[in-house]
Amino acid sequence: MSGSSVLFDAPGPRARRLSTISSVITGIVILAGLGWIAWTLAQPRESGGITLPGYFDPSRWDIFADPEVWQFIVFQGVLGTLRAALTAAVIAVALGVVFSLLRSSTIAWIRIPTAIVLEFLRGMPVLLMMLFILLVLNTGAFWAVVAALSLYNGALIGEALRAGLASLPRGQREAGLSLGMRPLQSKMLVEFPQAFRQMLPIIVAQLVVLLKDTSLGYIVGYVELLRVNMNNLASFYGNRYLFSLFVVTLVLYLTMNLLLSWFARWLSKRTAARSSGRRLDPDNPTQAVLVAEASAAARQAENV
Amino acid sequence: MDAVIENLPTYWRGFTMTLQLLVVSGVAALVLGTIIAAMRISPVASLRGFAMVYTELVRNTPLTLVLFFTAIILPYLGSRLDYIVAAMIGLSVYTSPFVAEALRSGINGVPVGQAEAARSVGLGFGQTVSLIVMPQAFRMTIPPLINVFIALTKNTSVAGGFFVFELFAAARELANANGDAVIAILLGAATLYLVVTIPLGVIAAQLERKWVVQR
Repeated sequence: MSGSSVLFDAPGPRARRLSTISSVITGIVILAGLGWIAWTLAQPRESGGITLPGYFDPSRWDIFADPEVWQFIVFQGVLGTLRAALTAAVIAVALGVVFSLLRSSTIAWIRIPTAIVLEFLRGMPVLLMMLFILLVLNTGAFWAVVAALSLYNGALIGEALRAGLASLPRGQREAGLSLGMRPLQSKMLVEFPQAFRQMLPIIVAQLVVLLKDTSLGYIVGYVELLRVNMNNLASFYGNRYLFSLFVVTLVLYLTMNLLLSWFARWLSKRTAARSSGRRLDPDNPTQAVLVAEASAAARQAENV
Repeated sequence: MDAVIENLPTYWRGFTMTLQLLVVSGVAALVLGTIIAAMRISPVASLRGFAMVYTELVRNTPLTLVLFFTAIILPYLGSRLDYIVAAMIGLSVYTSPFVAEALRSGINGVPVGQAEAARSVGLGFGQTVSLIVMPQAFRMTIPPLINVFIALTKNTSVAGGFFVFELFAAARELANANGDAVIAILLGAATLYLVVTIPLGVIAAQLERKWVVQR
């Protein structure tokens, strides 16, 4: 259902007034709740005989006036996060291409082991993978984070691309082969570009997940935004600033992730408008892959 | 291999905690997510707006940050929650928008004609939703919901980084204690995760395949 307006009557003047009133009232209740939280946080607290200032007191925020703090946050924290995310994203997309080709190979000896490996990678927590790479391969935190994120997201991107390949009309491959292309040529030159384009929104959505997951580096000891702010800066400036530092970290993460997810949604709308196919949900890449796989399987069953 | 067998009790302790986290936060997220989804489709504009902002914000916050908040910032602000309860709260809050979105996309998958027919027979909002739309939306929401729970299973491992002794924390501890058998220890933990996630994934894929044609 596209619009929920079907669910209730087109409101008349009374219903509209009622709806406006209840809307305003709930709005006030929500705002009051938020205001109460803010007010409670702003109150000075008694602790062991000393009065601590409220959480919005300037004395808890003054470090952010210092450009050096920002330099630290941006060049150590944000850059550390983005460096890991970008490296992992490039490797993940490359791995995804390789996985999808191996997974859709006609040789069973290649296809089946790849399927098992992919299933293994998809079912395991990324954090455990990071720990594994860190302890077994002894690579250092950066490469442990990057390698685990690349493998995990590469497996998901690979499945997405494979579903994209499988959902193409058979005529595409047949046309390529009948022009005299070898199977691999037809796959790389004819089918793959189409599949990639169709699956681009899912890939970008998966990259949002990847960006979010770089924060797991905090647990395995990689120096990224969360660790810089909450460990390094908080222990340097003291616990007084813990709350303010957390708020700043949260805002920075939200900005990065929201920008990337809006981009994914915009892409998805654009591709859907062009290909007029079924729109894959860019907000939930795992489910979108599942739907794409299922429709591809259904389509292949029709073709045979 | 010996190291794994010797330490089975530790694994078991971690695994039961993982399952506990999974079940409790799964149920809590289901309840919270249903409330958010109901807000998303309600006629009251401010509830819709609130649910939308909540979904957007929570979904774009990394889980590590959510758990950091419940495990470290909340006690700092004066709460006295157990770390396990804190992790459960964090996991439920983080999972709830995904549940809400799964429910909402299921409701959106029901053809408009169904609701129109119900409305033209004279059913009201509550009747249309509970008698016509929901029963049909229900089965379309099962595969996405299973996917949400698979993700939740994997996400419980993050709680291991915030003072909860579950499977990941158990694996880390065992790996530190048995430096000579790290690979076997970590593969043992991975197997226990896979025991939960792979069957769920197979079920989700099968159901999706069965129902995708009918849509």
